[in-house]
Amino acid sequence: MASSSETPVPDSALPAPGSHRGFRAGLRDAAPFSLVIIPFGMLFGVVATEAGLSVFETMSFSVLVIAGASQFTALQMMQDQAPVLIVLATSLAVNLRMAMYSVALAPHLGAAPVWQRAFMAYVLVDQTFATAALEYERRPEKPLRTKIAYFMGAVAPVCPLWYGATLAGATLGQAIPPSFGLDFAVPITFLALVAPALRTLPHVISAFVSITGALALAWVPFSGGLLIAAVLALVAGAQSELWLARRAA
Amino acid sequence: MTLDRTELWTVIAVLGVGTFLIRFSFLGLIGDRPLPEWLLRHLRYTSVAVLPGLVAPLVLWPQATGGDPDAARIAAACVTIAAGIVWQSALRAILAGAATLYLLPLVLG
Repeated sequence: MASSSETPVPDSALPAPGSHRGFRAGLRDAAPFSLVIIPFGMLFGVVATEAGLSVFETMSFSVLVIAGASQFTALQMMQDQAPVLIVLATSLAVNLRMAMYSVALAPHLGAAPVWQRAFMAYVLVDQTFATAALEYERRPEKPLRTKIAYFMGAVAPVCPLWYGATLAGATLGQAIPPSFGLDFAVPITFLALVAPALRTLPHVISAFVSITGALALAWVPFSGGLLIAAVLALVAGAQSELWLARRAA
Repeated sequence: MTLDRTELWTVIAVLGVGTFLIRFSFLGLIGDRPLPEWLLRHLRYTSVAVLPGLVAPLVLWPQATGGDPDAARIAAACVTIAAGIVWQSALRAILAGAATLYLLPLVLG
């Protein structure tokens, strides 16, 4: 039937190849993060079991929360005997940036069925967001199906490895010496994620405001300084973009 | 040391549910309704606005040294950023940063 058709069909209307390419492309683009997810997850496994958590408790943490920075924050504060409400407020504050991820992806994935959106929300972590947001910014015209397949592809080398690495760290991690400097895997990962995006002046200004703001407001309790700095940095980036556009016009 | 089990499971459960609700918020409620241009303009800066601020204290005041600035960590952070900008690749940036972190103390002795 297809062979008799004379009407040219645009690539984006062909469902199967499009979605296949989406998944593979997402997998390929997010694959480098496995190099940091593995040590980061193992580190959490080691630190959590050293703090007295069982393997089951450690795994529950990584599977139910699936947000490394907040997991480390909560664990550290519980060891410091902080009250539960303070532990929760601080570690949830660390994750508030993900509301912005949710806003940013809504125009691209919002038309998906609610159960798919719920699953994608569950696996919406720094690495899957960074990968997908960059792709959707470059190719906004791709159909919904391709965008979902791409997102699932980006999840594949990130989230299952997060569980596996946590388990590996929790079961065999006692052998890793602290002098290995694994603590610095977190900052290096996040900086490496952001640096390629520093390609315009407004992006550089925004990052600069974020850094200086977070350092100057480090005294604000409950990670509040980071949230204030992030809002200031957002506004600085957007306003300098507007200003530069007006100046060029 | 022992953690209170009720407290631990409260933290795991509430942090898990709360984090999911944060992630689901706009993606779940807004759907594909179009967002205004001023909001989209701000969203272009979400990553650069949050992540540098998140790591800046970890770079300058690392827990591993008890909060004292450490030359190898600061150099590794700078090299990571520079490599990421020049090569436009997160993987290369990570490798360059990790190499700096491990090799610089050997070079400096």
